[in-house]
Amino acid sequence: MANNKVLFRIQRFDPEKDEKPHDQDFEIEVVPGATILKTLQRIRAEQDPTLALRFSCGSAICGSCAMKINGHAILACKTQVSECVKDGMVCVAPIGNLKILRDLVVDLEPFWESLGKVKPYLMPAGEAPDKERPQTPDQFGTIDPSTTCILCGACYSDCNALGVDSTFLGPASLAKAHRMIFDSRDAQDQPRLREVSERTGVWDCTHCGECSTRCPTETKPLERIEEIRVQAMADGHHGNAGARHALGFRETVGKRGLLDENWLALRSVGFFNLPGLLGLMPVGLRMMMRGKMPPMIPHSIDKVDEVKRIFARFEELRK
Amino acid sequence: MKYALYTGCVAKGAGRELLAAANLVCQKLGIELVEMTDAACCGAGVIGEDNPLFADMLNARTFALAEAQGLDIMNICGTCQGVHRKAQRKLDNDPAYKERVNTELKKDTGREYKGTLKIKQIYEVLLQEVGLDALREKVVRPLKGLKVAPFYGCYALRPPEVNDLEDPDDPNELEGLIEALGATPVDYPERLKCCGFPIMMMNKDNSMKLAGNAVAGAKDAGADVIATPCPLCHLNLDSYQPTFASKMGRNLGVPILHVPQLVALALGVSKEDLRVKTHVVRPTGALAAF
Repeated sequence: MANNKVLFRIQRFDPEKDEKPHDQDFEIEVVPGATILKTLQRIRAEQDPTLALRFSCGSAICGSCAMKINGHAILACKTQVSECVKDGMVCVAPIGNLKILRDLVVDLEPFWESLGKVKPYLMPAGEAPDKERPQTPDQFGTIDPSTTCILCGACYSDCNALGVDSTFLGPASLAKAHRMIFDSRDAQDQPRLREVSERTGVWDCTHCGECSTRCPTETKPLERIEEIRVQAMADGHHGNAGARHALGFRETVGKRGLLDENWLALRSVGFFNLPGLLGLMPVGLRMMMRGKMPPMIPHSIDKVDEVKRIFARFEELRK
Repeated sequence: MKYALYTGCVAKGAGRELLAAANLVCQKLGIELVEMTDAACCGAGVIGEDNPLFADMLNARTFALAEAQGLDIMNICGTCQGVHRKAQRKLDNDPAYKERVNTELKKDTGREYKGTLKIKQIYEVLLQEVGLDALREKVVRPLKGLKVAPFYGCYALRPPEVNDLEDPDDPNELEGLIEALGATPVDYPERLKCCGFPIMMMNKDNSMKLAGNAVAGAKDAGADVIATPCPLCHLNLDSYQPTFASKMGRNLGVPILHVPQLVALALGVSKEDLRVKTHVVRPTGALAAF
C-alpha cells in the first residue's frame, strides 16, 4: 500500500484533568476511501482508547457524529478523509456553540431545549380520524426538505447568531418549525408563525448561510427560514422590526428603484418608537459629521417607471 | 475590458467613497465602465423574503439591461454580487420559472433575460481578468509593512456554489490580492464570519457583538486595517465601531477599508481622492507611511 500517512490533530479535553482543551496529534495510515469516522474509530482502537466521540449508524441517518473538521462542522461518517487533508493534516474538534463534556462529545441539552420550544409535533384540528390523515404528493413536497433533518447539530454548531446569543432558536429548530407550519395536517400554522416571528425567531437569523452550507441533508435551514419569513409576511405577521424592514425595503425600492437608507432606518425602527429612534441618533450624527449620510433627497434610477409598473402590479395582487 | 457597472444602493448613499475608489481603480487599469443608471436595487435578500417573484423580476430586469448593451456586469458590493449570482442561478437552473419571470417582465417593461451574461465582483475581475502579475506591475506604491485583515462577508462565501472561490471553506483570494499590493495579510478567527449588519434593525445587541468580535479579532491578530469587499460589512464595522467598542470596553480604533480603496492606494491614488476622511474610524495613522 502506498504511504498515505495523515496527521490527525484532535482537540482533547478531560474535565477531570484539563483546565481547557488542547490538541493532540495522531499519525495514521489512512485506508483509501476511509471516512473520518472510521479513521477516528481506528485511532481509538489502535492508539488511544480514551478518545471520546459519539457515533452510531455510520450511515448519515442517526446524526450522532457531527464534529468540526478544519474549523467547519461536518458529519464524520459521510466525509472521506481524502476530502479534508490539508498539508498532510486533518484538524478535528467538537461541534461549536455547545459546552464540551469530553474530547469530541458536547452537551446537547440546549439544542434539545431549543427544539422543544417550537413544539415539534403535529397539532391537527378535530377528532382523530379512524385511519391516517392523508397528504397529496404536492402537500408533502412542501415539507419534504425539512423532514430530512437528522438533528445532527452541524447547523447549530456553525450558526453565527447562536455564537453571540444562545437564546436564538437556531437553524435546526426553525427548520423543524417549518416542517410543522407547512404540514397540511397541522392546524396551528398561524400561532406558530406568530411565535417564530417574535424575538429569538426567524428575524434574528443573520443570513450568514453557514447552516445550509454545513447541513449534510436536504434540510438547508436558511432556505426554510426564508420560506417562513415569506409566509409570515404574506399572512400579516408584521408587528416586528424584521417585517417592518422588509415592508420598508419593498416600498422604497418600488418607489425609487433604489433604497432610501435614511427612510428605511426610521421605517424599520418604527416612526413612533421614540427609544428606537433615539438609538439611531449617535450613528446618524457620526455619519453626518463625516459627510457620510445618504443624500437627504433620495435619488431615483433612470427609467424608474418600469420598476413602478412591476411594483404596482404586485400591490394590486396583494390586495 | 468593458463592464456594465452595477453600483448598488450603498455606493450611491452612505458609501460613496467606494464608488469613487472603484472608478479610480478601473481608470488606472484601463477597464472601461458603463454605469447602469437605470438598474434597480438587488433587494439585498430582503425583498425576496417578502416577495421572491418581485425580487427575481427586479434582478432579471437588471440582467436584461446589461445584456442589451452586450456587457457583463461588474458589482462593487459583496451583497449585490451574492444576491445577483443566486438569482441568476435560480433562473438558469429552472427554465419554467425563468419563462414565468420573463413573461411577467415583458408585460411591464418589454425586457427579457436571455441568460448570456457573466456577473463578477470587482476583486474577481482583478484576480481573474487582470491577473495578479499584471496588477503587481501596476503597483506604484507598494503597501509594504501594512498588515491587512481581509473580511470576506457572507455573500462572498456562502452558498459556495454561487461563488468562484477555489476553497470557500478556507479561501485565499483576498489574501493573494493583499500580497500583490505589497501588504501582509493577517489571519484571524473571524475572517469568514458575519458582520452583523443584516440584523442591525432587528437585534442591535447581537449585531454589535458580531461586529465587535470581528474587529477585536483582527486587532488581536495584529492588523493595522481591515479590508472588505462588502460596503454593508463596512457600514457595520466602521460606522458602529465607537458603539460596539464602548459596549466591549475596548479601545479598538481599527480602520475599515473597502477593497477597491486598498487597491487604489497601491496604484498611486492619493488618500484625498480615496475620501478616507469620510470614514468614522479614519485610517490616517495606519496609512501615514503611504
